[in-house]
Amino acid sequence: MAKNKTPQICIMTVTGADRVGIIAKLATAMAKANINILDVNQKIMEDYFVMTMAVDTANAAISTEKIKKHLDRLGREMSLNITFQDENIFKAMHRV
Amino acid sequence: MRVSVEEVFETVRMTLDHHFDIRTVTLGINLKDCIDRSITRLTRRVHKRIVEKGTLLNKFADTTENKYGIPITNRRIAVTPASLLLEPLPRTIKTAVQLAKALDTAAKKAAIDFLGGFGAMVQKGMTAADKNLIDAIPQALSKTQRLCGFLNLASTAAGINMNAVEKVGHTLKELAARTKNAIGCTKMAVFANVPEDNPFMAGAHHGIGEPDFSLNIGISGPGVVHSVVLQNPDCDLTQLSEVIKRTVFKITRAGELIGRQIADLMNVDFGIVDISLAPTTLAGDSVAQIIEAMGVKQMGLPGSTAALALLIDAVKKGGAMASGNVGGLSGTFIPVSEDAGMIRAVKAGTLSLEKLEALTSVCSVGLDMFAVPGDTPAEVLSAIIADELSIGVINNKTTGVRVIPVPGKKPGDLVHFGGLLGSAPIMKVPKTASPKFIARKGRIPAPVQALHN
Repeated sequence: MAKNKTPQICIMTVTGADRVGIIAKLATAMAKANINILDVNQKIMEDYFVMTMAVDTANAAISTEKIKKHLDRLGREMSLNITFQDENIFKAMHRV
Repeated sequence: MRVSVEEVFETVRMTLDHHFDIRTVTLGINLKDCIDRSITRLTRRVHKRIVEKGTLLNKFADTTENKYGIPITNRRIAVTPASLLLEPLPRTIKTAVQLAKALDTAAKKAAIDFLGGFGAMVQKGMTAADKNLIDAIPQALSKTQRLCGFLNLASTAAGINMNAVEKVGHTLKELAARTKNAIGCTKMAVFANVPEDNPFMAGAHHGIGEPDFSLNIGISGPGVVHSVVLQNPDCDLTQLSEVIKRTVFKITRAGELIGRQIADLMNVDFGIVDISLAPTTLAGDSVAQIIEAMGVKQMGLPGSTAALALLIDAVKKGGAMASGNVGGLSGTFIPVSEDAGMIRAVKAGTLSLEKLEALTSVCSVGLDMFAVPGDTPAEVLSAIIADELSIGVINNKTTGVRVIPVPGKKPGDLVHFGGLLGSAPIMKVPKTASPKFIARKGRIPAPVQALHN
């Protein structure tokens, strides 16, 4: 993948039951793919454990498709739901 | 400012739990430049263009779906009304059916599930080619799988073409007889004031005022709106309208972003976002359920029309704030067979043809996917169509009819169409209505548009 210096921000959202090591596993996956983590937040909402991680995929070593497949596998292993979406969809929906 | 966890979670839940999706991306394709005096040359050009663009549409829709994580459920194509393509060709049913088959084959090759535009604009009169196309509809739609037909039979500016309305009653009967469970009729919609940029089937076509290509998008979120209404069980109706507006704003913005992205990737013009609430047969994705969540005991009971009017007005206000490109039908769809709540209401006896007609006077889009006994005379079908179209003509809005006369079925039976089309309870309609009125033919004149005071 060509190096691209313009930030490509994606938001990873993790929902499910809280447990030890979620962030560690996901951070390792991101580091392996050369994806920089910009911000991490988590909250309990309506009985859901919700964690969001903002990452910059501009210099990612693998394609978004592969990242998503990898995250799907991690999600299944930890019984979590993981989504990975371009940040602009949230900006479009929540910012006037 | 980065989006908060709450905002991200709200969006993620819309797709995970409330069926939020981009219901359709529909590429409008101009085929006027393919017109030829040889049907072979015409179909060759048409085939090439549809396969090429349809394949790209699927590819870029996949890319965009992956990027934003919002499902894009249907990818469709709408073309120039086929009657125009038939103008210089021999006036035979065989020719029209050849074109229909070519459109169907091209859609199949490009993996496009529905292709719309096998129709004509006949609100004022029919050319010989228009008449030929209408005569060919029963064969064309029964010998193809993916092709959809439309006819614009009326407009506020022209009135109602009753010659065509009378003819269509017979066309629908013949089409019903040629297909199993009259399924051919699910692919045929007739309109008053048809929009030229509607992305939803069966009525989609690429109007003559459109550019070469136009990417239109249909968002949908009855489930999302239902959930927000449920979260506000006690607020007054003004506040309820506000929360619906806010929700629709969000989903419209998502639609606009995704539509623009696909249009950019395909290097075509972005057309419109159609903000219609379109139900599906999935549990929780029903418009009738929204009305019931608002406090109406069952869809069709008194209160339903007012609730629907509030709902669609809030949808339009939220959508118009979110996008400068709102167009198409942009109403609320109440197809009987595709909405679990509507089916329940018909079975319970709270929703009749008469109430359905009243509901369509405040929302789009008309009597949609509503099944009647197969022995309903053509004159009754024409009369139902004339009534519905007159609501559109007088109120300066779009109305349509997709009526399915199912052979061998009687009121109370259920007919299964399968998949997206759902199951329709057969509704009770009179055995005779206005035979002499329909037989008069002619044109119901255009209504007065002045004297508004």
